[in-house]
Amino acid sequence: MAISVENLSKRYGEQWAVKELSFSAGSGEIVGFLGPNGAGKSTTMKIITGYLAADGGSVEVCGLNPENQGMEVRRRIGYLPEHNPLYLDMYVREYLAFAGGLSGLRGKHLKKRVDEMIDITGLGLECHKHIAALSKGYRQRVGLAQALIHDPEVLILDEPTSGLDPNQVLDIRQLITALGKEKTVMLSTHIMQEVEAICDRVVIINKGQKVADDRLENLRSQSAGNQSVRIQFASPVQETFLQQIGEDIQYAHLGDNRWRLTAADSNLRQRASQFALKHNLEVLELAAERNSLEEIFQTLTRRVDDI
Amino acid sequence: MWTIYKKEIRSFLSSLIAYVVMVVFLTAIGLFMWMIKGTTVFDLGVAGMDVLFQFAPLVFVFLVSAVTMKSFAEEKRLGTLETLTTHPVSDWGIIFGKFLAALSLLVFSLIPTLIYYFTIHRLGDPPGNLDTGATWGSYAGLILLGAAYVSIGLFSSVMTDNQIVALILSMSLCLAFYLLFGLAGEVEWMQGFDRGLEWFGLEYHYRSISRGVADTRDLMYFFSFVAVFLYLTKFKFSARKW
Repeated sequence: MAISVENLSKRYGEQWAVKELSFSAGSGEIVGFLGPNGAGKSTTMKIITGYLAADGGSVEVCGLNPENQGMEVRRRIGYLPEHNPLYLDMYVREYLAFAGGLSGLRGKHLKKRVDEMIDITGLGLECHKHIAALSKGYRQRVGLAQALIHDPEVLILDEPTSGLDPNQVLDIRQLITALGKEKTVMLSTHIMQEVEAICDRVVIINKGQKVADDRLENLRSQSAGNQSVRIQFASPVQETFLQQIGEDIQYAHLGDNRWRLTAADSNLRQRASQFALKHNLEVLELAAERNSLEEIFQTLTRRVDDI
Repeated sequence: MWTIYKKEIRSFLSSLIAYVVMVVFLTAIGLFMWMIKGTTVFDLGVAGMDVLFQFAPLVFVFLVSAVTMKSFAEEKRLGTLETLTTHPVSDWGIIFGKFLAALSLLVFSLIPTLIYYFTIHRLGDPPGNLDTGATWGSYAGLILLGAAYVSIGLFSSVMTDNQIVALILSMSLCLAFYLLFGLAGEVEWMQGFDRGLEWFGLEYHYRSISRGVADTRDLMYFFSFVAVFLYLTKFKFSARKW
């Protein structure tokens, strides 16, 4: 296992930021680390990189402990911290050379890696600029280049696409997907589409505790028992009239003669359309709602709130 | 460590700090030595560099504090400390890198004052009538004193993420360690301890080395002083994890 976390706990004062968290990531896997703001994502990542010490539990990166074997772990990790801190008074090349130098790269090899990183992250046109003069998207690329320069086995990326415009988000995602073919990538986010777009597996945490840890398909099928269908009629329909479709169905009026029908039945769409045909109702729209990760996320993170 | 050292030096050079520090230092010392009535070499009537070595420790208090104030405070505020400490560099590597970089800047800013040495060397009657031993001793003392100040400055900077707080803390501590123990010895009810108290201050050992006699006790004092403050810096720095 490239990353394995067991019963990890971390407390800030009286508050548990992370509590009894366990998960692991195999090599060559892109793991999405998901959770609402303040769920403990960044804290967990800081502990994995060895920036913070845990109050309980254990962490292993490539079989090494970040607390005792910090140097070895740091050599194997590329880390992009939240908010992507950079030295604004440095030039792009200068900064990358500095980051590479910190990781022990020297001389020609260092220079070659700097060039490669500029190439991979698409910084070519900006590479002679001051970091302070770069836009947020390019700064993010510098942050990524910095994390990659020593060719680490494990990449820890804390919200790599936050604050970027849609094109930049796409670029960065493509880059991460490409990187994930060889490396273990763990990235945190609170954007569901991101996970859907690039992750193999997802770990969802809420209030410092794990609420889900599975492959995306499995997560979908787990909650796929419930089907939702959206249907819009041309003219107003009474709910009591609609209920003739079946008693196992939940009806929700969305306004504008639009209804959402939810039931544990995969034939829901057929039933709705047959009903409309039978009563000669004009249907403007009939669509199955995909059980999106967003909903899964909401149900999972709310569930903990209720307990 | 050398990567950090190089980065610090370049940051001094590119952020004007280095130039401002040197200009202020050389202007202040130059004024005291040659221009301001009452303190100049000519007023003293002796071919010596006492003026430099008398005022430099006080000017250094301000300069060193200005140079070191951002070393940790700024990195903490920007969050770059997180990138730095998650790379394979030890805490001591970071501290020594910053320490040596600041010290190098001080030594470098002293180099132009060598011109004064040669000037006064010529001005002597007969030329060359200058206490060379004491002069080199004083330079050594000044560098050691600078090292002590730098260690205080780093310690002050690691205590806070606000540069101004670091600056004020550092200046206060430097002044306190340089002057306070000597002054305390002059307070009437402390007369009995004045020698002992003085011994704890930086000034006493600086003066002692300035005489041109390399006393191992004074050297040990400075090394221990620097070691203690760097160790405190390391202690606070490593405590970030908890």
